[in-house]
Amino acid sequence: MGASGTRGGSGDRRTTLLGVLGELLVTAGVLVLLFIAWQLWFNDVIATSTQTDAAASLSETWLERTAPESPAPDGSAGATPQLTHEPVVMATPERNETWGVLFVPRWGADYARPVAEGTALRPVLNEIGIGHYVETQLPGEVGNVALAAHRNAYGAPFGGVPDLRVGDAIVLQTADGWYTYRFRNLEYVKPSGVGVLNPVPQSPRAAGADERYITLTTCNPLYSVAERVAAYGVFESFHPTAGGPPASLAAPEEPAASGPSAAASAASFSPGSVSAHSGGR
Amino acid sequence: MYAALWRSLPGPVWLRLLILIVLVAAVLTALALWVFPWIDSLIAPLEVTVEE
Repeated sequence: MGASGTRGGSGDRRTTLLGVLGELLVTAGVLVLLFIAWQLWFNDVIATSTQTDAAASLSETWLERTAPESPAPDGSAGATPQLTHEPVVMATPERNETWGVLFVPRWGADYARPVAEGTALRPVLNEIGIGHYVETQLPGEVGNVALAAHRNAYGAPFGGVPDLRVGDAIVLQTADGWYTYRFRNLEYVKPSGVGVLNPVPQSPRAAGADERYITLTTCNPLYSVAERVAAYGVFESFHPTAGGPPASLAAPEEPAASGPSAAASAASFSPGSVSAHSGGR
Repeated sequence: MYAALWRSLPGPVWLRLLILIVLVAAVLTALALWVFPWIDSLIAPLEVTVEE
């Protein structure tokens, strides 16, 4: 209003101090909105595709590298139908080294994200994708493989955590093979709730473990950092790379079939001390 | 400010519009590739880990 007053009735559009200030403020507002759009949408889309491509090529590399080692054109038919394989314990990786690929068929047939050692924001969580808590166990070890990733922005590798259903496959691939876990339950904890990382989640660290677990942690609620949500999976099977991808990578059953079977499998899991919050909102 | 920019552009309206679109595109690209990643590294991170 003040700016228009100084212009008077003439056609002379002089640049006034107030006018420049107003335009600068509007520009600043637009820039803030652009930044939010960049973080939540543009960068998210770019990161999703970068991470998915990296994971797919890594998975491919492991398959190709192992293929020549198992020629056995005739003998393979008799050798492969082995149902149980003792899971291979992988060697300790370097910090920030990408050593795994996570597949969760519930989150889409093309869902694949790289897993790197450590939970540093850069380069692991903001760029590579999923981070492995260094103080937790590695795939194949008895105990808990705990992973962390963003729930929104930066590719949001764990954006689908609340959509998991009891019994859903969580498959972690390394150079050695595929480790299949079955989703058991969600738990909501404070940011300081490090009990979710214990060898048996939320059991005393000293008690040790006799089973293998996977824990996925991310922020909760969405767009907030007030809490954390942990998704637990129980180890089911290990398939060596030479034997080819496991059946657990197939698309999950439709909801109609999963109702009663989900309840049955929930009852068969070891109870532990973790409260069940499966389903969510 | 923006009025002055508009007046300083040469040519007829369609050419001015074209130049303006190219300028805006260049600014947006620079923001997305360099400025926003830099700002992102300065602001409080989205924490997803549990820590003591």
